Amino acid sequence: MKIDFQHKQSAHCENGVTSNLLNYYGIKLSEPMVFGIGSGYFFSHMPFYKLNGMPVTSFRVLPGWIFKRVTHRLGIKVERKKFTNPDSSMKELDDLLNKGIPTGMLVGVFQLPYFPKEYRFHFNAHNLTVFGRENGHYLISDPIMEHIETLTYDELVRVRFAHGTYPPKGRMYHITHVPKNIDINSAIITGINKTAKDMLGIPVPMFGIKGIRFLAKRMRTWPEKYGQKMAILNLGQVIRMLEEIGTGGAGFRFIYAAFLQESAERLNKRWLNDVSVEMTATGDAWREFAVMAARCFKNRDNANITYDSLADRLMYIADREEHVFQQLKDISVR
Amino acid sequence: MKIDEVPQDKGYLVKGRISDLSYAVGNDGKYISRQSQGWAPKNEAMSLAWDVVYERAENARNLVLAGILSPVAFYMELNIMDVHILSSYTGISKWKVKRHLKMKNFLKMKPEVLSRYAEAFKMAPCELSDVNKIREVKIGHEN
Repeated sequence: MKIDFQHKQSAHCENGVTSNLLNYYGIKLSEPMVFGIGSGYFFSHMPFYKLNGMPVTSFRVLPGWIFKRVTHRLGIKVERKKFTNPDSSMKELDDLLNKGIPTGMLVGVFQLPYFPKEYRFHFNAHNLTVFGRENGHYLISDPIMEHIETLTYDELVRVRFAHGTYPPKGRMYHITHVPKNIDINSAIITGINKTAKDMLGIPVPMFGIKGIRFLAKRMRTWPEKYGQKMAILNLGQVIRMLEEIGTGGAGFRFIYAAFLQESAERLNKRWLNDVSVEMTATGDAWREFAVMAARCFKNRDNANITYDSLADRLMYIADREEHVFQQLKDISVR
Repeated sequence: MKIDEVPQDKGYLVKGRISDLSYAVGNDGKYISRQSQGWAPKNEAMSLAWDVVYERAENARNLVLAGILSPVAFYMELNIMDVHILSSYTGISKWKVKRHLKMKNFLKMKPEVLSRYAEAFKMAPCELSDVNKIREVKIGHEN
């Protein structure tokens, strides 16, 4: 059986799944709109929370929050579940598919057969939609992929019950009810307010604009604290979190700029276009940061780019982003 | 980023199967999306990460061939796992996994335990215990 589901590639998996699922229920929202309404934009640097033995730097909110926030803000009802038993999780999935309900789920990428080998780290927060079953294969809409993919029962069980940091435990979700009237404009405002508040106002140094400055401050001490080799690896991890599939940080800045541009028109607020241009500039600044860092990887022994100059770059980015969100924080419908 | 700046630096992405979707500013100032085949700084960061994995696997291989570490230790590194991840994939407790990383304990391991490790590494139990195979495993970038 196969649900008439439209697959569309996106820059980020959770945006894509959310946008594709909403589209199936007749709500046309672009990826940037989903990202903005869901307040996906964020920054955090958490030295005590480790991936591959190194601190996690994240450019977005936690997995699952975008879907949760978008549906909540549009008044859409959803059901989400997690499992301990693989067979019952697959049975529930089959039941939903038989009812014609496309189902989103969380998987680990380590054993995802259609991913290139180089991308298969133990990363457990990838999202995809299952929308049918044909000849013993599940039909997969993976927003990272250009085309529709398929997985066997066993392959799907393996990725749904991957292990490691943040195991997915068969988590899945689907839409149960869509209201008649949806107020997209006020959802946009709520989304922007929340992001601005989180970027400017969390009173802990690890999050938001403060988090960027915190990373800059710590980065200056890396070579002394960890030695050259570990310092480079730490920097490499930041760049991978910045640019790799599913976490793309600079990419997120451009998606947000696109969202602001689209909102300017929808809300008839011209000034948002100017903020969008500024946002684009911060995205470009992040990309320059990545270029500088990559020069360090290439000449691992005699890089003439110092951690101080990288940190200075981050301080500059923090100032730019702060300015953007100061303009956005008091936005209202009127 | 302008639309004609969307990077097309080939590396790990394969056209027609996997690509990045990037948002960039078009000539009229409006945002549009375009596929990217990769970006050099990102490719560098990826190879850096894999070099670490390969280096650790190579070290483990030498210690296995020297009879100190067990094949479990080698394949754990090759699969980018650590004791914690391997323990949750096999259901064998962490302190036992740590013991099994040593060759002398590996040799005394029961067949059913061996097969659980083999399953986690997606290989046959006899392959796992074959030290000669470890000598031949190719470590490094494919392209």
